Amino acid sequence: MADFLIYSIGLPEWLAWTVMAGLAAFLILNVIAGGALVFIWAERKIAARIQDRLGPTRTGGRFGWLQSLADGIKLLAKEDLMPEGADGLLFRIAPYVSFCASFCAFIALPFAFDFVGQRLNVGVFFVIAVLGLEVFGVILAGYASASKWSLFGAMREAAQVVSYEVPLGMCVVVPVMLAGTMDLVTIAEKQAGWFTNWYLFHDPFTFVIFWVYVTCAVASVNRAPFDLAEAESELVAGFHTEYSGLRWSFFFMAEYGSMFLVSALAALLFLGGWNGPIPIAKLAGLSEGTSDTAHYLVRLLGLANLLGKATLGVLVMMWVRWTLPRLRIDQVMTTCLKYCTPIAALMFAGAMLWQLALPGGLVPGLSRPAGEIREGWLEGPGGRAARPVAASGKNVAQVQP
Amino acid sequence: MTGLALLAAINFHTLLFLLFAGLACGFAIGVVLADNVVRMALYLVLSLGATAGLFFLAGAEFIGAMQLMIYVGGTLVLLVFGVMLTAQAPFVSIKTSTGDRVLAGIVAASLLALLLQAAFSVDDWRRPALGEVAQPSATPLGMALLGARVDDPAAGVPATAARSGYLLPFEIVSVHLLVVLVGAAYLARAKRRRTPRAIEVAASVVEPRVARGAATGSASALVGGGSR
Amino acid sequence: MTFGIDACVSAVFAAGLLGEPVSVTHYLVVGAILFTAGIVCMAVKRNALGVLMGIELVLNGANVNFVAFASPYLRGEGAVSLGLDGQVIALFVILLAAAEAAVALAITLNFYNNHATVDIDRADDLKG
Repeated sequence: MADFLIYSIGLPEWLAWTVMAGLAAFLILNVIAGGALVFIWAERKIAARIQDRLGPTRTGGRFGWLQSLADGIKLLAKEDLMPEGADGLLFRIAPYVSFCASFCAFIALPFAFDFVGQRLNVGVFFVIAVLGLEVFGVILAGYASASKWSLFGAMREAAQVVSYEVPLGMCVVVPVMLAGTMDLVTIAEKQAGWFTNWYLFHDPFTFVIFWVYVTCAVASVNRAPFDLAEAESELVAGFHTEYSGLRWSFFFMAEYGSMFLVSALAALLFLGGWNGPIPIAKLAGLSEGTSDTAHYLVRLLGLANLLGKATLGVLVMMWVRWTLPRLRIDQVMTTCLKYCTPIAALMFAGAMLWQLALPGGLVPGLSRPAGEIREGWLEGPGGRAARPVAASGKNVAQVQP
Repeated sequence: MTGLALLAAINFHTLLFLLFAGLACGFAIGVVLADNVVRMALYLVLSLGATAGLFFLAGAEFIGAMQLMIYVGGTLVLLVFGVMLTAQAPFVSIKTSTGDRVLAGIVAASLLALLLQAAFSVDDWRRPALGEVAQPSATPLGMALLGARVDDPAAGVPATAARSGYLLPFEIVSVHLLVVLVGAAYLARAKRRRTPRAIEVAASVVEPRVARGAATGSASALVGGGSR
Repeated sequence: MTFGIDACVSAVFAAGLLGEPVSVTHYLVVGAILFTAGIVCMAVKRNALGVLMGIELVLNGANVNFVAFASPYLRGEGAVSLGLDGQVIALFVILLAAAEAAVALAITLNFYNNHATVDIDRADDLKG
């Protein structure tokens, strides 16, 4: 949080840190909550149009944009029920566990070059790890509902999420390998320039891995064709059947938050992050070193870019949801174990061999030179060299290009 | 000291450490004291999550993320699955006798006293680092796992000493995990049973007189038909 | 109300807790508490899964100790520290704990399928 330096001049340091931490938390919370409101409205409109009808058109004008607010008020006013045999503590805590996991992953997600809650060297790993913790909320909810069907639904969803973490991890490793670091800020920075620098277009293996990532990410957040746990509400009963009102809405804020998170992660890893397809800022002569306002303009442009790409990802997820039929649990597990995992492993091997064989890219001069990509691991956070390279000649010589 | 001056003197690293340490220890004691096995699982998850926070505070970011992903997100999910599968009503809370608990308490107290005495005994361990320390990075760890040690030698070790990489343990653990995968899948396979369990349980409940007497009765036909 | 907070914070400061930086000893205390809690769990719980949870706590207590010894933040100047080795040991402990938990759970589920109970006091078939 570079902004804290501004306040440090005036306020005492402890207050500056607390205020900036509070501000960061407030912003992230609003991204999730506000985003959820917008996405729920968007989902209803998109679903309606795909199904050849109009969707909400009355609340708040012709496009019904206040519908989410009306939904929220309705949920707040609902009676707070708890089934009789349910374990009180677990029933109450489950939605918060789910929401916390979704929210905590945003701590390490950068929205522009300096707009990151905490810049972790293991950023990608942390985000994937915390995403996998959402499954506890589901299991607890299923168990605490004291209903056999809730428990089965919860176990199936947990099995699905946990199984898809394996190919998801393998898909994420490919951009990490290309960038040489797990730091999300560095990965996105290395894709600066024209859109041909994006890892999506780096080599055909990464291109395929992107689509495998999309499949695994959609399955990981229980969306679109993989939404058995939600669908079971129509058929038998899902893990959130016994939840009503505000507790239910926490589960769905967590779901929309996760959808936004995996889309933003796809944008950062494969689609250039906050760099647009055309490097407008560099062409216009606005670079970071000039002045404070130029500094912030570039950042805000990057923020708009990233939000746009992440929103596009979420909208595509919604589009797929209302287009494709739902998969059965055995089809879901088959897709994971028989298709996604082997394909991800093969593409990872292919990307690795491509890096070894053609370090300069297919068309030399169009992408970034090999030296910058390969030496990534020698850089500390912020791109500065963390240590002198020629310390122990033998070890370094083995890995030099 | 007045309020504001006190607040200004707070070391945030220490505050966060106390928070995470309190959560970890509190929930660990909760695991011990809880009777309901599902609540024990929840407290364990929270305790290990707080431990991951402790790892991040100590600068071991990679280990903290590993703890969250593998330990909490993998091992504990497995444990919770096991708890859910066996959480039938009579097994959810099994109480131990008081004598056992008192004995365990005495042993635990003495062990804790011994460990605390060891923790406070070495003077070197009570002097923290003051001043700037390098940013943590996962690169030396990754390189070490490949066999190349690129980190600075630990203080007190001569710079020219040979330090081994961790490639061999890495490969051994990979093969070990593969063996465990196969072994656990084999152990947990669905076995063909001679009689369905429900019928076995029902048959054991039926009075022996009825089971012996009715040669062509439905009970024995059911049992006889079920077994090959 | 401010006076109450003042008094609390002063008390905590007087105990020397909030002001001074954290050292290895703090971490060792946490590790000791986790370890002891795990030992009690293993000894006292009759549910097989409770015993497994005790094992996880014990391994975590040991991990906290290793990470504390390996940390660059907690050591004074010139102190001997484990450096990277401590982190690698903690890494391998996490991996092996995962493997051991998988096998232990498979055994427990087998036991449950055969005896219809997870109470380890009932596992006395081999008792002489």
